[in-house]
Amino acid sequence: MSNNPTRILPQLLPENEFFWTAGADGRLRVLGCSDCGHYLHPPAPLCPKCMGRNLAPEEVSGKAEVITFTINHQPWIPGFEPPYAIAIVELAEQKGLRVTTNIVGCEPDEVAIGMKVQVVFEDAGQGVFLPLFEPEGR
Amino acid sequence: MSERFEDRVVISGLGQSDVGRRTGRDPLALTVDACLGAIEDAGLERDDIDGLSTYPGMAVAAAPGFSGASATDVQEALRLKLNWFTGGLEMPGQLGSIVNAAMAVATGLCRHVLCFRTVWESTAQGGGPRKGIGVGTSGPFRATGQQQWTLPFGAASAANWIALMAQRHFHEYGTTREQLAWVALNGRRHAALNPDAIYRQELTMDDYMSARMISTPFCLYDCDVPVDASTAIVVSSADTVADLAHSVRVEAVGTAIHDRPSWDQWGDLTTMAARDAAAQMWSRTDLGPDDIDVAELYDGFSFITLAWLEALGFCDKGQAGPFIEGGERIALTGQLPLNTHGGQLSAGRLHGYGFLHEACLQLRGECGARQVANPMVAVAAAGGGPLGASILVRRD
Repeated sequence: MSNNPTRILPQLLPENEFFWTAGADGRLRVLGCSDCGHYLHPPAPLCPKCMGRNLAPEEVSGKAEVITFTINHQPWIPGFEPPYAIAIVELAEQKGLRVTTNIVGCEPDEVAIGMKVQVVFEDAGQGVFLPLFEPEGR
Repeated sequence: MSERFEDRVVISGLGQSDVGRRTGRDPLALTVDACLGAIEDAGLERDDIDGLSTYPGMAVAAAPGFSGASATDVQEALRLKLNWFTGGLEMPGQLGSIVNAAMAVATGLCRHVLCFRTVWESTAQGGGPRKGIGVGTSGPFRATGQQQWTLPFGAASAANWIALMAQRHFHEYGTTREQLAWVALNGRRHAALNPDAIYRQELTMDDYMSARMISTPFCLYDCDVPVDASTAIVVSSADTVADLAHSVRVEAVGTAIHDRPSWDQWGDLTTMAARDAAAQMWSRTDLGPDDIDVAELYDGFSFITLAWLEALGFCDKGQAGPFIEGGERIALTGQLPLNTHGGQLSAGRLHGYGFLHEACLQLRGECGARQVANPMVAVAAAGGGPLGASILVRRD
């Protein structure tokens, strides 16, 4: 991946702003249920497990595992040059707690299912810090 | 089996515009061609049409040319007097618009529903490469809704989202590119017998394996070909069969989705909404996978066909790769003739409607060189990821 791909940024709204700006202090945050301890993503107004409404952003470890990936070779977005690795990673805190992301810090062809990764933020400008992941221990 | 709404409807008419690459033709003109063709094919007059149904209607924020005409456009162009109409994107895939029509007829709101799907992606996307979602829109584009979770990471096409599923299937079940290739090779073999197909020259395994990659494990030939085209299908009340030129029976439909409606949050990434839709469809009929004579299964990306093969129970979960490998089983003379018109990979991205069109045409015995011998029951399925519906049709 080029160092500064031209990314399409998320539109910040009250319910998602905490997620996209969390990286400002280097910490990944997802919404957690204060009633039952369940994490949920993407953010929603109620806990899918207990239907509770006491939800708040919580700091998580940033450790995750690649559950699937694809090496994109097609130039979909001018300035976002292929090849780059797109992955779905499962956060260490909870089974099924996933985000789609890019794997950085290694060659695309080194990415594998089961790879342990850790969050690294890219300052995308305008307050947005994108949570990318790199191989653990890099 | 208790009474089903499906028993009250038939598919009476089929219509198709010219199908082409960069035709430069007005998509509404293509739509009108298909619609008038379908009405005539059904043996009906324009004034008989009292319902209208389409997918995706006035869809916005999708790829240029994704929606070629809306329900309103067609009502206005044909000056239809409608008792019911609908058009939209939020339904179980493209064939959801056929199911909507069938339900409207079955409830008695209308008698003859004209359904259509028009794509204009080839001309609208011009001579350049396929673009990502949101690219080319005016002003600074910000991703909202579900797309905010994928677009910032360059996952800008369903090619990426479905490649992620395919890769997981490869990992869990040992599926290979050489197996996946047979969706493309089989489609091309059948397209050679279809004069309306876009790509008809031979495609070999070597061609496939050496093609440029789009998003691993997908190469160019795993991705369907954008076209300009309109497909129209008339759904009529079974009470009107005596007045109709054709009547293909609707045996059962499937529209269920029981997991999270998301491309990346769906629980088992080796399955799709196809799993739930197919299970529901089989629950609504005494027929089963062994009764199917022809299968027309969505191949917007090749892996989706594997997902439908497994969902519909033609093979065990995870075994669609070995099932299609070598291509014998899915040939016109095989145990399960598959995508007999060439699918979207070779016949063009008619976006779902092409599969039902072909399933009905096969049952009517009108497929010429690609006709399967004497089929009685066919299944058409469309949609990938969290979108999917299947329709079982049989000869009257």
